[in-house]
Amino acid sequence: MAILITPTTKILIQGITGEFGARHTRLSLDYGTQVVAGVTPGKGGQHFEHQGHRVPIFNSVAEAARATGATVSAIFVPPPFAGDAILEAVDADLDLAVAITEGIPIRDMIRVKRAMQGRRTRLVGPNCPGLVTPGTGPGSKGGCRIGIAPGYIHRPGHVGVVSRSGTLTYEAVFQLTSKGIGQSTCVGIGGDPVNGTSHLDVIKLFNADPETHGIIMIGEIGGSAEVEAARWVREHCRKPVAGFIAGATAPAGRRMGHAGAVIGSHEDTAAAKIAIFRECGIEVAATPSDMADALLRSAAARGIKLS
Amino acid sequence: MNIHEYQAKALFEKYGVPVPRGAAARSQAEFATALAQLPEGPTMVKSQIHAGGRGKGTFTNGFKGGVKFCADKAAALAMAGNMLGQTLVTAQTGPAGRRVQTVYFTVASDIKKEYYLAILLDRASSRPVIVASTEGGVEIEKVAHETPEKITKVRVDPAYGLADFQVRDLIAALGLTGAEAKNAAKLIRNLYTCFWETDAAMVEVNPLITTPAGEVLALDAKVSFDDNALFRHPEITALRDLNEEDPKEIEASKYSLSYIALDGNIACLVNGAGLAMSTMDIIKHFGGTPANFLDVGGGASKDQVVAAFKIILGDPNVKGILVNIFGGIMDCNVIAQGIVEAVREVGLKLPLVVRLEGNNVEAGKATLAASGLTLVSGDTMADAAQKIVRLVA
Repeated sequence: MAILITPTTKILIQGITGEFGARHTRLSLDYGTQVVAGVTPGKGGQHFEHQGHRVPIFNSVAEAARATGATVSAIFVPPPFAGDAILEAVDADLDLAVAITEGIPIRDMIRVKRAMQGRRTRLVGPNCPGLVTPGTGPGSKGGCRIGIAPGYIHRPGHVGVVSRSGTLTYEAVFQLTSKGIGQSTCVGIGGDPVNGTSHLDVIKLFNADPETHGIIMIGEIGGSAEVEAARWVREHCRKPVAGFIAGATAPAGRRMGHAGAVIGSHEDTAAAKIAIFRECGIEVAATPSDMADALLRSAAARGIKLS
Repeated sequence: MNIHEYQAKALFEKYGVPVPRGAAARSQAEFATALAQLPEGPTMVKSQIHAGGRGKGTFTNGFKGGVKFCADKAAALAMAGNMLGQTLVTAQTGPAGRRVQTVYFTVASDIKKEYYLAILLDRASSRPVIVASTEGGVEIEKVAHETPEKITKVRVDPAYGLADFQVRDLIAALGLTGAEAKNAAKLIRNLYTCFWETDAAMVEVNPLITTPAGEVLALDAKVSFDDNALFRHPEITALRDLNEEDPKEIEASKYSLSYIALDGNIACLVNGAGLAMSTMDIIKHFGGTPANFLDVGGGASKDQVVAAFKIILGDPNVKGILVNIFGGIMDCNVIAQGIVEAVREVGLKLPLVVRLEGNNVEAGKATLAASGLTLVSGDTMADAAQKIVRLVA
């Protein structure tokens, strides 16, 4: 079991013929992910070919979903058109749209998020590395890889990882795998100030997933999403949770690479979030090298086995 | 992207947000022509820099106050000479201050009362929020902390836009009636349109004032824009003032590097924003001080690594460098080759610790080892951070 995606999930790629989308489609196919369709307006009828795979390309998401049964979309469309691409996935009633694109205007995301209210589609991202549910083959092949994460660093198992940062997610996953601890699903929710799925949304899913035994939550400066998740963890989560917040040394008012990583007040600093993590019983990693160990400490304290 | 007050006020006027009459001057020669556009009488002289706290700032030549009231235009003309070309230090500029390249003259308004008005993104609701307060002309953070009941917030539904009842709520919260209420309602509506149509990240009017004549005016204006949306606003992009930005940050942006200078002595070069931030943090954790934030992005080509090294070494405070790359998809060997070439090209003399992890890492480490360079290898982030901290100590 896993959350949101499993090795049998059928996915389509919006922007499959662009350089970025094509590169990661090939890597997902190599990983064993069920990439069943691509969408590029105007290129319907063509095929995306890679090492024996022949993925049909459609003009629209609705058409692709109807013809192939795809339920999840990975969006690699350039920023000026990405908001429209998300809405197209929502209109086709997909289960999940994962927006990898970095640099979507905030106003576009405000409108997209409003338009998604009451619709069945969940959005992950934008500006995110996507999701991985590791498979059981060598190098965790046979899993479902949506987005741009390196598949081979994963290992199937029982730890859920949720993060705003791509490379910090890889860092956490690498530490876990190096210690022989596998992952149920890893979710990159992205570094933008307006995004689809929050830390809290993912933690609720991990909490409800019987195969997830522990959780690593990685956050950063800016906004209050980690605080909201931490308060919920204190009240409702029965699983060990370890946390890390990046940006303790970031100056106030400066955007640290991610559009959403900016200190706006004394409440969204790393120190403030770390203090709330501690209050809520989350084992805080002192440094990013300590993320897997922090979860092991938390699990050991509760007598829970992670591997 | 930030703009100057005089640019923000020109934008306000375009959207029908009333401001005091004003004119900007970039040279001594322009003072008289700018002042000629204003009526005779009390005049404000305002230094134009991208930082708050101008009124309480001090110039490096000892002159106090970057915003001054003058009884008439002749006094304003003389006053402007104290500011133009001088460096103004405020609570927000840091000790180096900013050079004043433009002076803005405005009619000094009769102030009946000062208020606060701003529009920005409310992250929790993913909607624009209008913030208003009866406490104007002071720091809003202070008001929020000490008297939160004096702040009113209205979240705007982007599907409908700013609703009439919401404008009425804001006017009531500000305690305005009669002509003032009518003028304020129009101003709030127009300011919201300005915020929305220009893809602003924030518009802040502090203070917003009423005058004895019943006018409502934006006495100050602070506007910033969403960088991601600048592609659709060439007229706003043209307002960018490179004099207000760190030359190293401008250079970095040419290579798609995200760089922010800090005041420590250990430079870092990292892929990914989250990893870059936490590399700074881990340096601090082990007793060092980071000299910068630098994210080379997901690709990190050789050219980028060379450019990154040059930018880092442009900071005279730097005593050592920590490279931290998690090459998930990227081939670590390609990165290692980039580092070796970059170090040779810039003739690096400072201690360098490299932590490489990920795809083809063994080949990458072998490349570094065979290079003959005096660099130190770190196994984990913690190991690498401790090594560089020791080397610069």
